[in-house]
Amino acid sequence: MPWGMVGGAMLVSLLFSIQACKPKGVQSAVSGDSAVKAYVPPGKYDEFYNFVSGGFSGQMSVYGLPSGRLFRVIPVFSVDPEKGWGYAEETKPMLNTSHGFVPWDDLHHPALSVTDGIHDGRWAFGNANNTPRIARIDLKTFRTAEIIEIPNSGGNHSSPFITENTEYVVAGTRFSVPMGDKVDVPIKTYKENFRGTVSFISVDQTSGEMKIAFQILLPGINFDLSRAGKGKSHGWFFFSCYNSERANTLLEVNASQKDKDFIMAVNWKKAEEYVKAGKGVKKNVKYAHNVYDEEKHIATSKMENEVIMLDPKDCPDMVYFMPCPKSPHGCDTDPSGEYIVGSGKLAALIPVFSFTKIQEAIASKNFEGDYEGIPVLKYDAVLHGEVKKPGLGPLHTEFDANGFAYTSFFVSSEIVKWRVSDLQVVDRVPTYYSIGHLCVPGGPTKKPWGKYVIAYNKITKDRYLPTGPELTQSAQLYSIDGDKMQLLLDFPTIGEPHYAEAIPAEMIMKNSKKIYKLEENKNPHAALGEKEARVERKGNEVHVYMTSIRSHFVPDNIEGVKVGDQVYFHVTNLEQDWDVPHGFAVKGANNAELLIMPGETQTLLWKPDRVGVFPMYCTDFCSALHQEMQGYVRVSPAGANVPLTFSTGDQQ
Amino acid sequence: MKHRIVLSMMWIALLAFASCGGGEKAASSEATAAAETGTTDLGQAGVQDDESQKDIVKVAVGSADHSTLVKALQQAEYVHALANAGPFTVFAPTNAAFEKLPAGTLDKLMQAEQKDALRNILEYHVALAVYKENMIRDGQSLGMANGDNITLQVKDGKMMVNNSANVVAAVPASNGLVYVIDAVLLPPAK
Repeated sequence: MPWGMVGGAMLVSLLFSIQACKPKGVQSAVSGDSAVKAYVPPGKYDEFYNFVSGGFSGQMSVYGLPSGRLFRVIPVFSVDPEKGWGYAEETKPMLNTSHGFVPWDDLHHPALSVTDGIHDGRWAFGNANNTPRIARIDLKTFRTAEIIEIPNSGGNHSSPFITENTEYVVAGTRFSVPMGDKVDVPIKTYKENFRGTVSFISVDQTSGEMKIAFQILLPGINFDLSRAGKGKSHGWFFFSCYNSERANTLLEVNASQKDKDFIMAVNWKKAEEYVKAGKGVKKNVKYAHNVYDEEKHIATSKMENEVIMLDPKDCPDMVYFMPCPKSPHGCDTDPSGEYIVGSGKLAALIPVFSFTKIQEAIASKNFEGDYEGIPVLKYDAVLHGEVKKPGLGPLHTEFDANGFAYTSFFVSSEIVKWRVSDLQVVDRVPTYYSIGHLCVPGGPTKKPWGKYVIAYNKITKDRYLPTGPELTQSAQLYSIDGDKMQLLLDFPTIGEPHYAEAIPAEMIMKNSKKIYKLEENKNPHAALGEKEARVERKGNEVHVYMTSIRSHFVPDNIEGVKVGDQVYFHVTNLEQDWDVPHGFAVKGANNAELLIMPGETQTLLWKPDRVGVFPMYCTDFCSALHQEMQGYVRVSPAGANVPLTFSTGDQQ
Repeated sequence: MKHRIVLSMMWIALLAFASCGGGEKAASSEATAAAETGTTDLGQAGVQDDESQKDIVKVAVGSADHSTLVKALQQAEYVHALANAGPFTVFAPTNAAFEKLPAGTLDKLMQAEQKDALRNILEYHVALAVYKENMIRDGQSLGMANGDNITLQVKDGKMMVNNSANVVAAVPASNGLVYVIDAVLLPPAK
């Protein structure tokens, strides 16, 4: 590959020449072969897909590693006019909630499905932090296939982490809230009236469809992050908890009073038994469950009204607390499932708990007391050990396959590599700046793929060309092949990246869908050929059953529409060719475009507000005659007697 | 075909990596495989895609009656253009049509120094738009990719080109329409 090497060498020299202009010391961590290691020649594929949360964009983005190239932004919880997501009639129900249509959210954590604790490439899940929801993305289509709302929750942060065989994804309340019948209460009655919950949402192993299996009613503390047990700890789930002070104001100070908060250990197999034994109480709630039908190309939103609630008071041996220093944030289990790492945001050490010791302490009832009726295990009894003075502000930990852990430190802006067995720090690298989450490919699974660690930074300051008060969000790629971590690449990200996962490209690309087959299109408004194209009036609704194919619409001339009509353009893309979507837009539409995949049908609602002739056109450059792919709609006054007609070419 | 085999070997290498975990040795062999995994430099006609409807090139390649045309398209380096989004209307002479050319004509056109002339002839068979049968009127003129025009005749529901070639079949393709014709169209002399 002499040509690729030349390109790499050019990049290297480019990097160095740019460095020469930077203030001294800023990029001293970059060594000579970084560019070559991150360089993917044109036309060559990346080794990994990197699924990155979009944070306050509400979406999930897909990058390649090691190149850092952005492939796709998958619309999840926020409307996306570019793709018609939340604008097309078919996708609007996906954003329905018990609060009605919610066009935005804050997606913090992706979780890739696993079988036997190993990535399987079927689905990615994501959480909505604001209006609590969990989404499932189908990795064959890279489209959000399902969104389920979480009732009895205020802020779904410790989510959507998953069990070893994707039996469950979880949700947990970051903000405890009053729930049930008594919700109009003074905020200062927090301690009496506010409660937290964690939810276990089962996943159908064939369809992927989610269902809230049960919720667990908990004291009014904040649940932050979580991880399932795996291997020997399969059947357990661990949640970090802060604000055990149960403060309801100025948490910055008031939730930092105690030396220790908790990691909560949930025996979910036990919880399953209690549900089967009828120990759960049915609670009346209201939450939306939205599913996108791949054959009909239509989402439906169903309002559900019941969940099963387990109260630890009625269900002994199901929930335990373990003391954990200083407002723990990350809560991560190592590939063996033996070690649970808690990361106190304000702590100067990292406690590592032992699952074996947890079981021993439970068996011998080695408790230091209880917290709101839930047993608290003795810290020393369950501790494997502490990583001493690792850095300042530990947040999250990922693992490689060789017994090492990688912990991010927000305050000291660094990644620290340490050995799980003897808790010794072996390496550290700076990040630029203020790292939040980090990702090792396969890092949360039983089988880490390793090779890289990626830092997702909260602040970039002088790392990129300035773009006003807000700078791009950023990721940084480090090689972890050698003893020393090596910075390879900075790359910008959309929204604010929180957690991310990476998976070998081969596990996804082989399944990727190319087209929707027309013969499988069951959309009730589809026109599966130009002969089916037509315009029909039903009262003041006008339904245009339109087809698009290179390079024309049928019909492309429509008359007889009147001011006050509601015009539904049901556009079927007749193409059966990979990567040939057609778009559709009409002047004055108060929503967005449609972007219609090959073989798919999507619907745009247009309410013409004035008399005239309005152009419509294909928005996605589809062919050499894309600019010719256009048409007109004539709109007449409300009482006009212009007959409804439609045509294309000379066919009337 | 050759690159397809190479590609699948790479996938096997990747799979082997996937099954032996993230050890350093495995990681480095995977890196080698990954660096070589990707598209080929063949252009759009080389895209691996068994799901989509066949494009014009694949239709021609799949037709036993069009092996001469395919060879000519390859010789003129005109394959990738016809795998493009188009849309095209292509008049595709059969092997028998090429045989009707005066003896030696095709052999001469297939020589390296005649590439431009061959390309000009092939472009005279390609229109940039989809002209379905029901859109075509008797006497209609179409501008072809080489800049010259053809004239279409429609009599008793049958189509002819330049009063010389009969349209014997119409085959839809993902990126346009192929009309199979029984004679090679020759651009007007200049």
